[in-house]
Amino acid sequence: MMKLDGKTAIVTGASRGIGRSIAIELAKNGANVVVNYSGNEEKAKETAREVESAGTKALVFKADVSNADDVQAMLKETLSEFGSIDILVNNAGITKDNLLMRMKEDDWDQVMDINLKSVFLTTKAAARPMMKQRKGKIINVSSIVGVMGNAGQANYVASKAGVIGLTKTSAKELAARGINVNAVAPGFIETDMTGELPPDVQEAMKQMIPLDRFGKPEDIAKAVVFLASDDADYITGQTIHIDGGMVM
Amino acid sequence: MAEVLDRVTKIIVDRLGVDESEVKLEASFKEDLGADSLDVVELVMELEDEFDMEISDEDAEKIGTVGDAVSYIESKM
Repeated sequence: MMKLDGKTAIVTGASRGIGRSIAIELAKNGANVVVNYSGNEEKAKETAREVESAGTKALVFKADVSNADDVQAMLKETLSEFGSIDILVNNAGITKDNLLMRMKEDDWDQVMDINLKSVFLTTKAAARPMMKQRKGKIINVSSIVGVMGNAGQANYVASKAGVIGLTKTSAKELAARGINVNAVAPGFIETDMTGELPPDVQEAMKQMIPLDRFGKPEDIAKAVVFLASDDADYITGQTIHIDGGMVM
Repeated sequence: MAEVLDRVTKIIVDRLGVDESEVKLEASFKEDLGADSLDVVELVMELEDEFDMEISDEDAEKIGTVGDAVSYIESKM
C-alpha cells in the first residue's frame, strides 16, 4: 500500500522540469496523473509514459490554464476518466524577465495570467468536487523569489508572491470542507528555466545557498508528495521553502 | 411547484441539518437556516446536480431564500 494509492492528481505544466518530476513522483506513490501541458505534446507524452511505467494511469490533456473554459474541460475529462480529483498541483509557470523600466505591459499580463490567474481558475474548479468529497489537497508551486524579490523579475515575483497569498486565503476558505492548500517555494532548481540564466548569475546564486548546491526537481517533487498525502492532513496555508536554506 | 419544493427541501434538510418545518419559502438560508456563505455555495452546487442545470455565479448570488431557489429552478425547467 503506497501513500497515494487510488488517488487522482492533476499536475499543470507537467511536460517539463519540476512539473514533470512531480507527475512521476506522484505516480511512483500510487496516484493516477493528469499530465497537463500547453505547448509541447511530445514532452507531455514522455511524462505520461514515465507515469505509466510507474504502474499508474496517465491522461495527457492540453489546456491553457489561464483560460476558464480550458480548465473546466480538463476537470470534466478528469472526472469522467478517473471519477475523482484528490490532488491538484498548480505548477504551470512562465518567465518573461526584464528590468521593471523595460518591461512591456504584455509581458506583465501574460506572466500574471499563466502563473497566478491559472491558480485561481483551477482551484475554483477543483474545489467543487473536493468540497463534495470533504477531502482534497491543493499544492501550489510558488518560488523563493516570491518571498525575497528578485531584480529583473517584477512580473514573475509578483505572480509568485500572489500565489502565496492565494494559498493562504484558499486554505482559510476551504479548511472547513477538509481541503488543505499549501505552497512550495523552490529555490534555484536545475531546469530548462533556470538553465537560461548566465553562468555568473548562477555562480552568484550558489554562494547564497548554505547547502552549497542547486536543487533537483525531485527535491520539490518529494515535498509535494508529502503535502499530497494523508501525512500532511494537519498542515494548511503553509509555504515550504525548498531552497537549500537560501531564505530562512 | 410542490415537486421542486420537495426536492429542494430534502437537500436543505440534509445539508444544513434543519427540521423540515423550518424550510419555508420565505426562509433565508443565512438568517433563518443557519447557513454560512460556503454552505450556500454548496447548496447551490447540490441543486445544480439535483436538477441537472448550471447556475451561474451571478444568478447564485441572488439566491438568498428557499423561495428564490425554487422559483429560479422552476424558471429554468
